[in-house]
Amino acid sequence: MKSDIILAGVGGQGILSIATALGEAALADNLLIKQAETHGMSQRGGAVYSHMRISDRPISSDLIPGGAADLILSVEPMESLRYLPYLSETGYLVTNITPFVNIPNYPDIEKVMEEIRKLPRFIAIDADAIAKEVGSSRASNMVMLGAASPFIDIEFSKIEAGIRTIFGRKGEEVVNLNLEALRRGRQFAEENR
Amino acid sequence: MQKHLFLGVEAIGQGAIDGGMSGVYSYPGTPSTEITEFIQENPLAEERNIHRTWTANEKTALETALGMSYAGKRAMSCMKHVGLNVAADVFVNAAMTGVNGGLIVTVADDPSMHSSQNEQDSRFYGKFAMVPVLEPSSQQEAYDMARDGFALSEQTKVPVMLRITTRLAHSRAGVARKEVLPENQLSLPADPRQFILLPAIARRKYKGLLESQNLFLKLSEESIYNRYEEGAEKSLGIIACGIAYNYLMEHYPNGTCPYPVVKISQYPLPENYINRLDQECDEILVLEEGAPMVEEMLKGFFAKGTPIKGRLDGTLPRDGELNPDLIAKALGKQMFSGYAIPEVVANRPPALCMGCGHQDAYVAMNEVLADYSKGRVFSDIGCYTLGALPPYETIFSCVDMGASITMAKGAADAGLIPAVAMIGDSTFAHSGITGLLDAVNEKSSITVVISDNESISMTGGQDSSAFGKIESICIGLGVDPAHIHTIVPLKKNHEEMVRLFREEFAYNGVSVIIPRRECIQRASSRKRNKK
Repeated sequence: MKSDIILAGVGGQGILSIATALGEAALADNLLIKQAETHGMSQRGGAVYSHMRISDRPISSDLIPGGAADLILSVEPMESLRYLPYLSETGYLVTNITPFVNIPNYPDIEKVMEEIRKLPRFIAIDADAIAKEVGSSRASNMVMLGAASPFIDIEFSKIEAGIRTIFGRKGEEVVNLNLEALRRGRQFAEENR
Repeated sequence: MQKHLFLGVEAIGQGAIDGGMSGVYSYPGTPSTEITEFIQENPLAEERNIHRTWTANEKTALETALGMSYAGKRAMSCMKHVGLNVAADVFVNAAMTGVNGGLIVTVADDPSMHSSQNEQDSRFYGKFAMVPVLEPSSQQEAYDMARDGFALSEQTKVPVMLRITTRLAHSRAGVARKEVLPENQLSLPADPRQFILLPAIARRKYKGLLESQNLFLKLSEESIYNRYEEGAEKSLGIIACGIAYNYLMEHYPNGTCPYPVVKISQYPLPENYINRLDQECDEILVLEEGAPMVEEMLKGFFAKGTPIKGRLDGTLPRDGELNPDLIAKALGKQMFSGYAIPEVVANRPPALCMGCGHQDAYVAMNEVLADYSKGRVFSDIGCYTLGALPPYETIFSCVDMGASITMAKGAADAGLIPAVAMIGDSTFAHSGITGLLDAVNEKSSITVVISDNESISMTGGQDSSAFGKIESICIGLGVDPAHIHTIVPLKKNHEEMVRLFREEFAYNGVSVIIPRRECIQRASSRKRNKK
C-alpha cells in the first residue's frame, strides 16, 4: 500500500488539520508516514502545501517525486493547479471550488475551473456549502478529506476514528458534526467520480 | 516500541531533553524555531526545570549556553543559518576554549531561501571552527544525534554542530525514543584556565584543537551515522550527505542502490570510505544539500584524479535545495514529469495580514515620503519587510538583523537627509540598540521607526525581549525624550501619525517613532487559548 498526497491551500486555511486527521488514521492502521509541511514566511496568506506519504513499507524521501502523486487534495481551486507537475498519470485531483481571493490578479474563476475539467480524473466540490449545510463552515476541510477518501488506500472507519481522536476533547457535538462533514464529502465523491 | 510522529525539529527537542540537557538557549528563526518551542511545552522539561526561555539574539544565546557548559551541565543553542553569523564570534572561540558539559550548536539551514535572505551552508562554519558536524538523514537520526551529541561533545571536548535543513526540520516521521539520561551535576572545569583565551593560553589551546583533528576523523570513520554500502556497478560511486541520502534511495525502493554509496552524516569526512570509493569507482557523484562543500574538497585543482560530478559541473543545479527529481536526472533516470502548471495560475506571495499595524504605519509614512525623493527608507528582518511589495513599496533595504538603523545612518552621513529606518521591536532588541547608540553619539539626522507589535511575529508570535522596555532603552541610549513618540497605528490616528512623521523627518537629529499595536495573529491566538 502506498498513497502519495499533495495537500494544497493558502496560509491560514488549515490544510494541516487534514494532514493530522490522515496521520492519525494511518498510525491506527500501522502504516508508515512522512509528511513535509510549509512553515515560516508563506504562512502569511501565501501558497502553502504539504507532501504526505503513507506506505506499508519504509519511505525514503520526505518529498514526493514529480509525476508521482496519487492525489492532489486542495482546499482552494487555483492552488490545486499549482502542483499539477506532481500528479501521476493515474492520479486524482480533488479540490474545493470556493476561491480564496487575497491577490489583486486572481484569475477568472471560470478559467480556473476550465483547467480543472481538462484533467482525466478530478472531483470539484463545493465544500463550503456542504459544511454550512452540516452546521459549521469550519468543517469544510473535513468535507474535503471525505471527498478525497475514496482515493486513499486507508479504511474509511480508520479515518473516522482519526477524526474522533482529533476532535474528541471538543465534545461529542463537534465530533459528530465533523464526521457528518466527512461522510457528506465522501458521498459526493462517490456520486461524481 | 511505540513511535512518535515528530517533525525533525521536534525530534531534536525531544532528543536533547532525553540526552540530559539542562538548558536550551535560542532566538527564533525559521526553520529552527520549533525546537525551542517544543522544549518550552514539554512536561519533562518543565518537571526538570530545564532553562528554555528565549534570548535577545543568537550571540547571547550561544554565550549563555557556553556558560552553562563551563559549569559542567549540558546545553544546546538553536538558530537558523544566518543566526550563526551573529553568533560566529563565540562559536569559533568556543572551539578554542572547548567545553566542560556537553554543548550542541543546532543550526537549521534554509536552501532555496523559503524564509531567508541567503542559503549559506553552515557546514563551512563547522569546518572553519574545526569541530565535528552531525547532519541527520532522518528524523530518527536527528533524535539520536541530539540525545547522544552531548556525550560526543564531552568526549571530543569541543562544541558539536548539529546541522539540519528546511525539509528535515519541517517533515514528520516516526521516531522511537530511548532511555532518558540524567542531567550532569554542577562541576567547574578541571583546568581553571581552560576558558581564558589570552594569547599565550590560546596558542596552546589552538595546538590542542589541531591535535584533536585526528580523533575527530577517527570518530567519523567509526561513526554509526556513516557507512559504505556495497554496489556491483562500479562505473559510478555516490557520496550522499544528510537528507540527500533519502532522495537517492527514493529511486531504489527495494533498498539497494546498484552503485557503491558512502552515506555521510558525520564530519570531518570519513576518509576511509571516500578513499575506497575513489579506488573502486570510475566516477564519483556528490549529493549534498546546500553548497558543494564536499565536492570542492574532493575536486583536485588540476582535475587529474577521478572525475567528480555534482553541483560544480552542472550535473546538479549550483543553488537551491535538492529533491528526488534532480537526483533522478543526475542518475540519468527517465520519469513521468507530471502535468504542466496552466498559465492561469497566478503567484500568491505572502502578504501582511488584514488589520496588521505595520500597514497603518506604512500608509502614513508613504503620505509624508511623497514630499521627498524616493529611496530613503531602510528596513530590516521581519513581517514588515513585506512593505517592499505592492501596495506599499516603502522600503529599499533588507540585509541583516539591525542593519536598518546603521544603513540609514551611513546614508545620512553620505548626505541623504532625512534617512529613515523601519525596524520591528524584536529586531531592535536583537541588534538595533548598538546602531542607535552610534547614531545618538553622532547626532545623525535619522528617524527610527520601531514598529512594535509586541511579539516576534514572522516566526509565530514568540515573546520579544524588549517588551515594555523600548522607550526606556531609547532614553537610556541618549535619544532626546522630546523626539520619542508612541502612537497606536489605527486608521483613526492616521492624521496624527502623518503629523509625527512629517515633523520628525524634518528634525535634524535622531528621533524615534513607535507605532505600537499587538500583532493580530498573536492577539487572536492569545484569545483562543484563554477560551
